Order: sequence, then C-alpha cells, then structure tokens
Amino acid sequence: MTIKTALMGAVASLAFAPMAFADGHEGERGRDGELRIIYWQAVSILNPYLSSGTKDIDASALVIEPLGRYDSSGNPVPYLATEIPTVANGGVSEDLTSITWTLQEGLVWSDGTPVTSRDVQFTWEYCTAEGGGCAQAAKFEGVTSVDIVDDLTVTVNFDGPTPNPYQPFMGGQSPIIQAAQFADCLGPRAPECTDANFAPIGTGPFVVTDFRVNDVVSFAANENYRVASQPAFATVVFKGGGDATAAGRAVMETGEFDYAWNMQLAPDVIAGMAEGGVGSPVSAFGALVERIEVNLTDPSPDLDEGIRSTAEAPHPFLTDPAVREAMSIAIDRELLVEIGYGQAGRPTCNLVPAPAIYASDNTGCLTQDIDRANALLDEAGYMDTDGDGVREMADGTPLSILYQTSTNAVRQDFQALIKEWWSEIGIETELRNIDAGVFFGGDPGSPDTFQRFYADVEMYANVFDGTDPQSYLGAYLCDKAPRPDTQWQGENINRFCDPAYDALWQELTSTGDLDERGRIGAALNDMLTKDSNVIIPLVDRGRVSAHANSLGGIELNVWDSELWNIAGWHRISE
Amino acid sequence: MTDATQQPDRVRSQWWDIWDQFKTHRGAVIGLGFLIFITLFVLLGPLLWQVDPGKLDIRNKDMRPIYTILWDSEAKVSWAKPLGSDNLGRDILANLMQGGRISMAVGWTAMLLSVILGTLIGVLAGYFKRLDGLLMRFTDLVLALPLLPLLLVMMLLFRDSLRATFGPENGIFILIVVAIGITSWMQTARIVRGDVLALKEREFVLAARSIGTPSRRMITRHILPNVLSPIMVSATLGLATAIITESALSFLGLGFPSDFPTWGKILFDSVDRMTNYPERVIWPGLCISLTVLAVNYIGDGLRDALDPRIRGQ
Repeated sequence: MTIKTALMGAVASLAFAPMAFADGHEGERGRDGELRIIYWQAVSILNPYLSSGTKDIDASALVIEPLGRYDSSGNPVPYLATEIPTVANGGVSEDLTSITWTLQEGLVWSDGTPVTSRDVQFTWEYCTAEGGGCAQAAKFEGVTSVDIVDDLTVTVNFDGPTPNPYQPFMGGQSPIIQAAQFADCLGPRAPECTDANFAPIGTGPFVVTDFRVNDVVSFAANENYRVASQPAFATVVFKGGGDATAAGRAVMETGEFDYAWNMQLAPDVIAGMAEGGVGSPVSAFGALVERIEVNLTDPSPDLDEGIRSTAEAPHPFLTDPAVREAMSIAIDRELLVEIGYGQAGRPTCNLVPAPAIYASDNTGCLTQDIDRANALLDEAGYMDTDGDGVREMADGTPLSILYQTSTNAVRQDFQALIKEWWSEIGIETELRNIDAGVFFGGDPGSPDTFQRFYADVEMYANVFDGTDPQSYLGAYLCDKAPRPDTQWQGENINRFCDPAYDALWQELTSTGDLDERGRIGAALNDMLTKDSNVIIPLVDRGRVSAHANSLGGIELNVWDSELWNIAGWHRISE
Repeated sequence: MTDATQQPDRVRSQWWDIWDQFKTHRGAVIGLGFLIFITLFVLLGPLLWQVDPGKLDIRNKDMRPIYTILWDSEAKVSWAKPLGSDNLGRDILANLMQGGRISMAVGWTAMLLSVILGTLIGVLAGYFKRLDGLLMRFTDLVLALPLLPLLLVMMLLFRDSLRATFGPENGIFILIVVAIGITSWMQTARIVRGDVLALKEREFVLAARSIGTPSRRMITRHILPNVLSPIMVSATLGLATAIITESALSFLGLGFPSDFPTWGKILFDSVDRMTNYPERVIWPGLCISLTVLAVNYIGDGLRDALDPRIRGQ
C-alpha cells in the first residue's frame, strides 16, 4: 500500500512538475500556503504616518499601497493610479506647480467599499492635521492643497515650481489610507486609534488577521485584491526580533523562515551561512554611501565650548586640500569592500552614486597611491622633522587626528585598516568608537553625536530618500552647519561653506529638465568629493537580504519598501 | 620545657602554617600555578614573541592555528602565526598577550580598589554604631546607581581632561578602573559589615575590650584577620566581574579604543565567525575563564588556610 502510494505520488509529481515550471507564478490566489518573513527589528505599528522605522513601513506595505512606487531600478511605476503623471502626458502642469493623479477604475478596499479621490485627499489631511506628529510630514512639504476633481481624479498643488512632484503619495512611506476608518483619528488623536493603526484597511495583497505588538503579525490574502491570481500565498507570518545573525541562519541554514531583511554581516559570515544551501543572499545598490567626513573646524578640547568645532575655529591642517587629497588616495577601497561588504558593496568616489543620471564619472580615487599621497604632503610642506614617523606642520603641530565612528564590527575593521594606511603617509590616527544610539542619537547635550563632531574625521553611511538628491545635496549649504545656536542640529557635518556651491544648488532647485538636473547634481557631487575631498567616499553599500531558494519573484528594491512586489512572490516548485 | 625546644617555634611565623595548610588544597595550588603562568605569559610573553599585535597583514588573514594541520592537512597555517590570525591578519598570539596585560591590569586594579573601599566602609559601619545607618544608606544609594549611565556621565565629564593629561590609553584605563571600582564595592561592604557585627559580640572581643584595647588596634588586630576570608572570596569574585565588565564596556564603545585589544574584546569580535574559526573564541574564552577559576580556587584555599579552626585538620 505504502509503495503504491509512493509510486502514485512520484508519478503525480512528474506529471505536474513541467506544469509548475511552465507557469510557476500563475494560478489561483493563495495556492502556495504560508510565507514566513523574519525582520530582526520587530514591528510596532502598521501605520507609516506614525513611525519612520523601516520595519514598520515594510510591514504596512503588505496592506496599504501608494498611488505609485519606484521599481528596483528607481523608475516610477503606477500602483493605484492608472499611470505616472508627467509634463508630457499632461499630468504635471507646465509651470511645475501641480500634479494630477487618476485612480484605477473599480478599486476596492479590503472591506469591499470603493477607493475614491476623497481617500487620497484625506491621507493628506491626516498627515498634515494640526497637533499631529506625522512621521512623513516631509513628504507633504510644499503641498498647499489636494483638490478633488472627480471620484477618481485628484490634483496636488504646490506652493511653487516643484521639479520633483513625486513626493506625496509615492513610495512605501506615503500610502493611501481609508478615510472612513481614520476619520476620527486626526491630529493629536492619531496615536489613540489603536484598532486602525494596528489593522488598517487597505488595498494591498494582504489583510491583518492578528497583530502582537513588537512580536509577530499575521496576515491573510486580501479577497478583494485587484489581481485575481495574486497573492500566491494564503497567509503571511511576519516575525520580529533577534539579530541579523540569527535571522540569516533561520533563512539560509535551517529554513525556518523564507525571507530575512537587512543582513548587516561581514561577507565571509554571510557566505558561510549560504553554504547551508537552503537560502541565498540577494543584494541591490542604491545611494547608501559609507564615507569619511572631514572636519573643517578645530575640535581641540583646549578651545572653549561654543567655539570648539565651529566655523570660528578653522582646523589647523585639514583645511588644506592637499592633506585631504592625500588622505583620500592613501585608502585602498577595493580591500575595504573585500573585508567589509563583499558582494554587498562596491568602491566609490561619489557621494551620489545613483541614480545613473546624477552619478558623476569620478573614479580617480579608486587606485590606492601611497607614493603620490606622500609626495602631495611633501610638496605642501608637511615634513617629519623629529623622526617619529609623524609629519609636522611648519609650527611643529603634528598631523595627529582623532577618527570616530559608531560601534559596529565592520566599521572597526575599517578603522584599523585606514589607520594603518594613514600611518604610512605620516598621519597619526587615534581611534574612537561610540555606541550607535548615542552617536546617531542627536542629543544636543551629548558631545559624542556625529553632528557635534568633536573629532577630526568621522565615518558613517547616509542615503537619500526616493530618487532625487536635491535635498540631500542641499545639506552642504553654508547655513546648514550644526552649531550651538541651532542646538547642534544640521546636516552640514563638515561645516563646508562655498558660495559657488550654494549658488549652484539654488540653480538645481529651479531646474525642471531631468538631464540638466543630472548635470548640476553631478557637478555638486564633484565639488564635495573630487575637487575638495571634504567628503571621502569609501563604499557604495548595497542592501542585502536573504530568501529561501524556494521563494520566487523577489526583486530587491532600494528605492522603495523591499516588500514592494510581495503580491507577486510565489513558491518555486522543486 | 627548655630553650632548645622553644627556639624553632619562635622562628616559624604563622604564615608558614598558612602556607602548609594552603599546600594541602590541590585546586588552590594548581590555581596559583596557573595564575603565575598566565601572569608571566602576558608580562614576559611579548618580550619573547616580538610581534606587533596591531600590525595588519591582509595577505595572511584568516590563518588557522598550527595544530589544525594534525587533522586538516590543507588548512592555511604557518609557524609565523602559531595561533592563527584574525580577519585582518593580526597575530592572535600577540593579541592574547597584549589583551591579557590590559585585562589583568584592569581586573586587579579595579578589584583592589573595590575591596579596599568595601572593607573600609564595611568595617566602619559594622564597628561604629553611629556610622552604621549613614554608611549603609550610602551603600544602598550607590547600589541603586546603574553602571552604564554613570559611565556615560563620567565619560562626558572626565574623558577629555584625562585624555589630555595621561594620553588616550592611560586616561581610559584610569576611567574604567575607577568606574568599575566605585560601582562594585557594595557587596563586600555589606558582607564585611555583617561579619563585623557578629564578631563584635564574641567573647574574645569583649576580653580585648576589657583590657582597654583602643578601637584602632581592635580593628586591625582582632576584627580584620577574622573577616579576611569573606573579603578574599569577594575579591576573587570581584576580579572576575571586573574583567567581564571591562569587556562589556569595550563592546559598547565606552571602553578602550578599538585598536587596543583586551581579552573580552577579542572574544566579542570573534563571535560572528565562531563556527568557522572556533579557536578565536576558545583561546580568549579559556584565558578569561581559567584566570577567573584559578583566582577563585586560590580564594577558596586561602580561606581554608586562614581559618585557624580548619588549619591542621
């Protein structure tokens, strides 16, 4: 009997196998059973307007959707809208002050009621309501009104020409929420609507069935989803907690989970896990750049508070471009990538390495050249006069710097390597690592934050939101420098100040033509990197996640939530 | 009795009795032997094995220890790196020696500091009734202080000035030793106070008082020797805690700079690659646990040896 059953099973699987291969991602909804996702930071809310945590935004991407998303190469694709409005198709007004979206016909919420332009307008009202602390308010900056044209059409009006009008309602950070469900949750009452915040009614492929805060979320397929054959999975278990190592093992070694997010681990560790054979890592590149920021002001503890690390006290030798260039070309970026990131990184000389139109063709720093670095310092007059292996300035000040970063195994490896290279060009380096919570905490009272910058150089990674670097490059304007009268807040970490840069950036804000924007963006990037080496880019870091080998349809996306296309995920038959 | 028989007794001090008793405790003798060995290893080792622990050697990274060749003839090994190298090619043997110096120095100094503080406060509180309430409430207060926030504050206040005066490494050393010392004396103080309270009521103390012994003599001559055993035990535990606290602090970035190895930091740095390179956790782990174990055994042996009731049995 058992042999007969086994044989029948074998015959049946042989018969079905080709079919499964032929149309692996077609079929009826819910055919592939359960999908198990692990995020090593647990989900605490399913409303991106009340949390800026990536884990919360990603989890809510299963339920609520925006009008359009960015695909894996950064191009906008319509989701709830029929098409992406542009100047060419008349969706964006000629003077760049408004954008008109049209919703798809026949869209319904998971409770069966139709999606209308009122929901879109309400989403804007919700995020901009008085007294509410909307986490995505930046998305709606400059929006003066959202007008309903008809049931399916809305117009978003801006207070001035906006070359990049795809901020509101685009991407996982600004999805459309249901007006009926959130009607009583405006402003200060927003956090009180626990039912709505923990189980929003959405248009996405899944609906929430159970939510345990900071632990696990259960989802089931949305019966009203607009594509009949999607999603392929009947249920999703979204587990949170643990650490990257444990999550990686659960997917790639033991197969307990199908998908794990953000594998921040050294390449040899990931490779070791992938040998488990159950899962594999995937990576994708965006604009996340690990860089060294050079302090142009003097962080010496001998200076008074209020003067230390401000424009009033220029740095004794880091203000010299020759020193900064020597420091940049002394670094072997290929080796850094090999040690720290493997497939998940590539060497870069750019602050803005992507999208392609903004990326400068700047590759001069990629080859390590200790000899030229030494020659540069010799020419500039920094000589080792007392024979201790450290160069001195003319007045005897040694080229000795304090190099700080956050506590992280890969960063400490980088510090050790870079310290060694800088010692070869006669620059003495003292290392310091600070707990990430403090370093990135932004507490104006702490001397250890990256904004305060009580060190000569510091290393961290930063990225911009969406695909347009305008506001990111705007961080390096003169008046954005952190200083005591801004409570040490500000994004111009280096205290860089160049009127030509400010002027060129102003030009960028009023330019609508995409190619022209690309040219200006690349020029701004070069002013910070190639021309002045105020920022020393090291590695263009990819996003790395891990998925089970049996999971298909994954297209890792750095421009939007990485679960952006979860509706199309399916089980690959083996 | 004649003078001839009395003479040898006078020469023989009671420390010899203690040593004789100590020798009968096998664990303690082995522990002492190991402690001497590890101390010599970290102190004299770098003189014999002159490899810079911070020297990067990328081409020779991820070397296995030399003994790996016994079961895996294809392993990447070299006599130049007998215990292998880490992922940046730093020599593990040299790092263990250098790390041991720091860990032992931190452990001993912090332990001494906390034992001295704890004994002082414990004896004063136990012996002088007037001080008892005040000192014990102070102990409760310090007990309630969380170590990490306290350290953060200390870092803020003193780091720059200590760094300027003593240099980055010594400045941090002083800061860490003081921080661990002043946050771990409370248990010792409580135990010592309890013992002193009990001792104070004993007949020999009453007898000593009746012949007019002043408090100073009373404490040094009669009380302290009798509370030595709990102090020894808490000192050994304190050494272990100090080594472990230091590694935790370094891990959080509150401790030594990252290019300054300690046993705890070597251990933490290696955890990610534990499955592929188990030796990188095993060696520093063994160093920490064997040192702590050895000190614990010595404490145990000393307690037996110092107790006159057990001695000679």
